Amino acid sequence: MSDFESLSEAVMRGDIKGAVAETRKHLDAGINVSEILNLGLIGTMNEVGERFSRGLIYVPQMLRSAKAMQESIKLLQPYFKEGDVTTKGKVLMGTVRGDLHDIGKNLVSMMLEGAGFTVTDLGVNVSPDTFVQKTQEIEPDIVGMSALLSTTMPAMPETIEALKNAGLRDKVKVMIGGAPVTERYAQKIEADSYASDAGSAVARAKQLLGVS
Amino acid sequence: MIIVGEMINTSRRSVEASVGRRDAAFIARLARRQAEAGAHYIDVNAGTFLEQEADCLRWLVETVQGEVGLPLSLDSPSPEALSAAMELHQGEPLINSISLEEGRFDSLLPLVTSQPCSVVALCMAENAMPTTTEDRVGTAARLIKKLTAAGFPLEKIFVDPLVQPVSVDTGMGSAALEAIGTIMRSFPGVNTICGLSNVSFGLPQRRLVNRSFLALCMDHGLSAVILDPTDQKTMSTLLAVEMLLGRDEYCGNFIDAYQSGRIVG
Repeated sequence: MSDFESLSEAVMRGDIKGAVAETRKHLDAGINVSEILNLGLIGTMNEVGERFSRGLIYVPQMLRSAKAMQESIKLLQPYFKEGDVTTKGKVLMGTVRGDLHDIGKNLVSMMLEGAGFTVTDLGVNVSPDTFVQKTQEIEPDIVGMSALLSTTMPAMPETIEALKNAGLRDKVKVMIGGAPVTERYAQKIEADSYASDAGSAVARAKQLLGVS
Repeated sequence: MIIVGEMINTSRRSVEASVGRRDAAFIARLARRQAEAGAHYIDVNAGTFLEQEADCLRWLVETVQGEVGLPLSLDSPSPEALSAAMELHQGEPLINSISLEEGRFDSLLPLVTSQPCSVVALCMAENAMPTTTEDRVGTAARLIKKLTAAGFPLEKIFVDPLVQPVSVDTGMGSAALEAIGTIMRSFPGVNTICGLSNVSFGLPQRRLVNRSFLALCMDHGLSAVILDPTDQKTMSTLLAVEMLLGRDEYCGNFIDAYQSGRIVG
């Protein structure tokens, strides 16, 4: 069982060079690639997400840690063999139709990836039809929607309706978020979950799929 | 510096609750406090009420203007809510806001040209948030051109450069600041406006960051600001910076404010 403490600390600090160097060391020592990924990187990002949700660290530190992890994963990629990388689940993310805000969505996507989910980000101004099409194509476990304006929120129940009409609603879990969005609104439109920030989005996603 | 008081926004829990139960006394008090603290416009926003937004906004216009004789900043992306509010509004409102987002410009242009008003022109284009100074200035130029072509007076346009958080990209402060400066220089007579809270999203000690940003905006020529005028630290910064920029004859406003106990260090 390898010691990933230095790698973990480097990712926690957002020390990109340090994390890459530590990853290199582990690779050179012949350490199992999945172990490096799961114990050294994903495990650390879980801690980062939790600290962020508790208000112990802030957005820039979260971004920096995610960057350190991304750069380390680049090093691991050529070594991944079939079955090395298991995903916690597939997530389709998008900001709803008529809405161009993307900062929150990007933070959530980044933290979900850091936690070991596979994320397809559709960008902004995503129509209900596009959500449906992409759900058919990609077969995600979770569909995540973001809205930052009260006037664009109605696209959320519209998208849920479109998923129903396409016979897809019970094949996915729907999670919503964004500044004007609330837990109560999520219940009203029969979404499966609501998250208030990128840290809790990861926790909620895990809950929805029954994974840790 | 034109001051728009931002407190009457239903995204604040106490405001949402009082709008919900139509507590006119609470809203009137909030309006009066902002007016007494120096606001030139009182912003009203009922966005969290969704389908009831228009009704709530009308009630806010009545209630606030029943208490203070100031024009309002009507804060909504919904043409229906804005139209309802404009019908009741006494005097010239500030319409907050118009942009180049799909459908938004075309649906709001008839409203803003239907009666005398000023308008906040938000630098949001059709497909994406701006990232650079150039994006912002380009969108501002297009908005100014389209509005003035429709007969809207340049001096009643308040361009909002769209401030984004530095926590996500540390270039976002300069991007907005440079945009303000460039817009003021390129379109003499136009106004610029912004809120202070976006810049500090995701950071601790937000008020410190916000009022520091205010000082920088002022140095780049910002002509109007959306803030809490009852926040003494922010207003103290505003007065000190006006003085430092040579806009306070004999330092009179600053000293008066100090002697009235309004300057906090």
